[in-house]
Amino acid sequence: MKARYLSYVKRHWKFFLFGPMFVILSAILEITLPNMTANIINNGIANGDISYIVRQSVLMMAIAVLTMASSVMGAICSVNAAARFSADLRRDIFARVQKYSFSNLDHLTTGSLITRITNDVNQIQQFVQNLTRMMLRAPTMLIGAMFMAFTLNLNLAFVLCVMIPLLALTLFLLVRNSLPRYTKMQEQLDCLNTQIGESIENERVIKSFVREEFEKEKFFGVNDRLYQKSIHALKVMLWVDPVCTISINIATLAAVWIAGRQIMIGNMELGTLTAFITYLSQILTSLKVMAIVFVRWSRAGASAARVREIFEEPLDMTDESVACPERRVEAGSIEFRDVSFRYFKNRSEAVLDHISFRVEAGQTVGIIGSTGSGKSTLISMIPRLYDVDSGEVLVDGVNVRDYSFDHLRRGIAVVLQKNMLFSGTVRENLYWGDEDATEEDFDEASRISQSAEFLSFFKDGYESELGQGGINLSGGQKQRLCIARALLRKPKILILDDSTSALDTATDAKFRKALRESAKDITCLIIAQRISSVIDADRILVMDNGRLVGNGTHAELMETCRVYREIYMTQKEGDTAND
Amino acid sequence: MTEERERRLQQKYAGLSSRAPAKKEFSIGGGRAGAMAAQGKPKDTKQTVKKLVWYLSREWALIIVALVCLLATTVGNLAATYMLRPIINEGISQYIGNVDEGMRVLTLRVIGLLTLYVCVRTMHFIHKRVMLTASQRSLNRLRRDLYEKLQKLPVRYFDTHSTGDLMSRFTNDVDTIGDMVNTTLVAMISGVITLVGTVILMIVTNFWLAMITIAFTPLLTFVSKTILKKSRPLFSKRQRALGALNGFSEEVISGQKVVKIFGREDATEEEFEYLNQQLCKAQISAQTRSILMGPINHNICNFAYAITACVGGIMVVTNGFDIGGLTVSLDYTRKFNQPINEISTQINVVFSALAGAERIFEVMDADEEVETARLSNVKELRGHVTLEHVHFGYVPDVPVLHDITLTAKPGQKIAFVGSTGAGKTTVTNLLSRFYEIEQGQIFIDGIPIEQIPRPVLRSHVAMVLQDIHLFTGTVRENIRYGRLDATDEEVEAAAKAVSAHDFIIHLEKGYDTLLEHDGANLSQGQRQLLNIARAAVSHAPILVLDEATSSVDTRTERNIEIGMDALMENRTTFVIAHRLSTVRKADRIMVLERGHIIESGNHQELLALGGRYSDLYHEIAKLD
Repeated sequence: MKARYLSYVKRHWKFFLFGPMFVILSAILEITLPNMTANIINNGIANGDISYIVRQSVLMMAIAVLTMASSVMGAICSVNAAARFSADLRRDIFARVQKYSFSNLDHLTTGSLITRITNDVNQIQQFVQNLTRMMLRAPTMLIGAMFMAFTLNLNLAFVLCVMIPLLALTLFLLVRNSLPRYTKMQEQLDCLNTQIGESIENERVIKSFVREEFEKEKFFGVNDRLYQKSIHALKVMLWVDPVCTISINIATLAAVWIAGRQIMIGNMELGTLTAFITYLSQILTSLKVMAIVFVRWSRAGASAARVREIFEEPLDMTDESVACPERRVEAGSIEFRDVSFRYFKNRSEAVLDHISFRVEAGQTVGIIGSTGSGKSTLISMIPRLYDVDSGEVLVDGVNVRDYSFDHLRRGIAVVLQKNMLFSGTVRENLYWGDEDATEEDFDEASRISQSAEFLSFFKDGYESELGQGGINLSGGQKQRLCIARALLRKPKILILDDSTSALDTATDAKFRKALRESAKDITCLIIAQRISSVIDADRILVMDNGRLVGNGTHAELMETCRVYREIYMTQKEGDTAND
Repeated sequence: MTEERERRLQQKYAGLSSRAPAKKEFSIGGGRAGAMAAQGKPKDTKQTVKKLVWYLSREWALIIVALVCLLATTVGNLAATYMLRPIINEGISQYIGNVDEGMRVLTLRVIGLLTLYVCVRTMHFIHKRVMLTASQRSLNRLRRDLYEKLQKLPVRYFDTHSTGDLMSRFTNDVDTIGDMVNTTLVAMISGVITLVGTVILMIVTNFWLAMITIAFTPLLTFVSKTILKKSRPLFSKRQRALGALNGFSEEVISGQKVVKIFGREDATEEEFEYLNQQLCKAQISAQTRSILMGPINHNICNFAYAITACVGGIMVVTNGFDIGGLTVSLDYTRKFNQPINEISTQINVVFSALAGAERIFEVMDADEEVETARLSNVKELRGHVTLEHVHFGYVPDVPVLHDITLTAKPGQKIAFVGSTGAGKTTVTNLLSRFYEIEQGQIFIDGIPIEQIPRPVLRSHVAMVLQDIHLFTGTVRENIRYGRLDATDEEVEAAAKAVSAHDFIIHLEKGYDTLLEHDGANLSQGQRQLLNIARAAVSHAPILVLDEATSSVDTRTERNIEIGMDALMENRTTFVIAHRLSTVRKADRIMVLERGHIIESGNHQELLALGGRYSDLYHEIAKLD
């Protein structure tokens, strides 16, 4: 992580370097002003030299202009440094999330990821901005003042020797104490975000069951916990300012008391004490500034740890060291060899239980089975959305683990059961299939997927705006656009996971007919609930409880597969019951 | 990034860079959610400030305590400074040579001052602690009110706003206000007190020299005003950019699996980076302007300081003004600088907060679901539903339903069939008053539905929606959502009726298995079963099943049907399905086509009619 942060600093080194330099320059310039008034008083007034006074004043104004310029530059640099630093960080977090596999995504909530991208990065950004402004100035002032104090009088400086370590220890304890509290606070913020996200997504359910009050109670609980955690965390840092100030106050009084005796005895000049107190107040100012940086640091520290988690979440799948990174899916044959899989590795019950089968290139294969029998899991092995526990999945005779993700998934188009469109126009959504698709490609894909008809009713056709998740489309329209998007990939293997469930039977039939005609050389895997949807497939796989219990044509399965026969009978019965 | 993509992104997020975005026409029905966040209207700052102040003023008791403590701290600080000087200057030098007596007096004085310091710090701490509570409470209340408001917004609002952008208002925008309450109020008030104190002391010391400094105030005001005017809209832009980034992240991360299978990681990264850079630029330009204020004002004061030194020096030389007075005056002129500096640096925070508040109040001011019901005494409905000549469109001039008329008696099952997009789901949207009808009327038990209070209406309509949504919580809690006082037995009975029981008991902890992320660890069919169970457990007399079993295999569907038959007795049921096997037993089947009912009747009648329904039916029969 340190290396990552350093690389951002390096990338924007100009701002990180010049920012503090300008800040220091302005501090030095600023310090000369009182000196120059001293000159006016000591030389100008004492000699009655008006032109000297005027010259000095003009010089002071010139310095003021310079100070202004350098502090403006310093401020601009620090804003730039912090904003660019955090933009880099946000970009990298997002890029990392893009590398997550399906199982990574299964155990991180969207709400939490978003809090990290915005809120946590913001905490870090504020810290960086503070740091670049104070990084050099405050410690320089502190060390300078301490050095001056020590050279002034060692006895008095002894006061500092007692106070500074005590103060450092207190600050250290405070920071250490508050860090876990800030972590808890940010976690609670995740909960809040999740609750809000969920109630926005589910608001139709909430409304239809009149659960507004119920949800409010839930939210109020989360909100109140956030309130408690915030107070719990923030109250620690309230001590910083009073503790710093009172320590310096005490040090001042101690110095007065110690020096008082020395002066009364005649061992010390009064001026020494006055000067010492001036340095003490300078030390105080810089300590306070540093304390603010400390406060930010502990808060940013908690956020940085949460950001680190994103980078440290082990990617359980990479394609960096695959055997055939150049290989592409050419023909589209699929083979499962004794594949087993579980979502939760500590559970004994397998979701896929020793599955073996083979699909030749260009074949259409239906997959049938009861709810929860493992159909969707089965097909998600092919584009390597999950890795098998044992056995292997081959595409074109090559293990899917040996392809690069890009080449593998370019050859395989999946229409997920829980599919999604994104806000933007229809065209923007279709571009997902192929960035370079031509108008003819679009027309072809929407013709096959039966989208052409409803698109023609839209005033703006492909330019029609979709709301978030395609909210303004009917379920069937959404599914058809998802299919069109997949077709635009021109895949070798097309997998439809119950993708026409919201289509009426006639449209579904038209779609399958069009698909058969225009995609002869595409290997198709079709998960369906109804046997009628897959009856004309080259082969049908029957899943039951994670096992493959049937593999053959309709006629064969009617002969050999009990489960298939049962499914067939219930559907036949359903269709003819009232005739 | 290719030029083509760059152009597309610019077009999509046009609202982010232009200050007066062109209002987009909704082309289908919703708005453009992603870009929606990027747009904004000019707002009334005064109103925002007023509302914000009103919000904070609700913690007035705490704030007054905090202010009293703050005042005590500031005065105590000043007093301590003035007490220290005499101790050093006279207290010590008086007793040179008289150590014993001197130390006794000095010790007493030091202890006295120490006590004062301790008191001041205590006040200081109390002030901070009280302020923390006050600010956190305001934030808590703000989020609370915002959430309450959210629950009152109509479905249409959610259909046209991005989830992530709304979430950003709860967190990022509320935070900006928190920052302001925490730091700005204190800095402003102590700044003003110090400023006034210093000016008075300056005038008392030397009127003419004081006037020099005071003469610079119009310049200070002018500079501040100019900067304020320039940077204010930039902060709104920054919060909008943040909202847009949040909106995009939310949408993409929710749909991350789709991103993966299309190998769109790079493209989404590009789009994210585009928004990220927009945000970065917005941050830089907003903060650069506002951060100028500190140094500029500070150095205007330095100018005043130089001129005071010059004029003061000349006055000493020519007029016999004493040097001591000049030193003190100069000291005050420098002190004058501090509060101005402090106040100037707060501008950042104030503007962020105003921009945040604007976005929060935007939600607060959005139109709520209008309650038109005058019959608040309606408590029980039996479920006699009548639609009379209902017309509806999501957008004016784009009708979705035309002249729908139908009657459903309690215990009847009414089915809607028809091709996708024919308007089936829309009918259910109207039934639960998610949207209001334009023309015609819907009656339940003879009462027009706009006369029935929404909560009453909706608690009598149990819906299984096409889009499946589950809540974070156990399976049991999710089913119980249908009726909160359902016993464990009733929950299980409902699960059994809809054939969900078998898979539930096979889950890790059965009914107590925790569902997360919208039930990500369940199959689509299983999620649908839970959805149905949720409706089954409710006692609502009207049941709406919108493609409730589309992802369930036919064997399970048969079992659900058998289980549901018992539940549907005496209930009015509306079924939307394209599987004709699901609807054939219905008392009446409505065939919808492009928003019109083209046929209606029972299965036999419709077959005999030989129209669209019979075509559909035979097409399937042929396929089988």
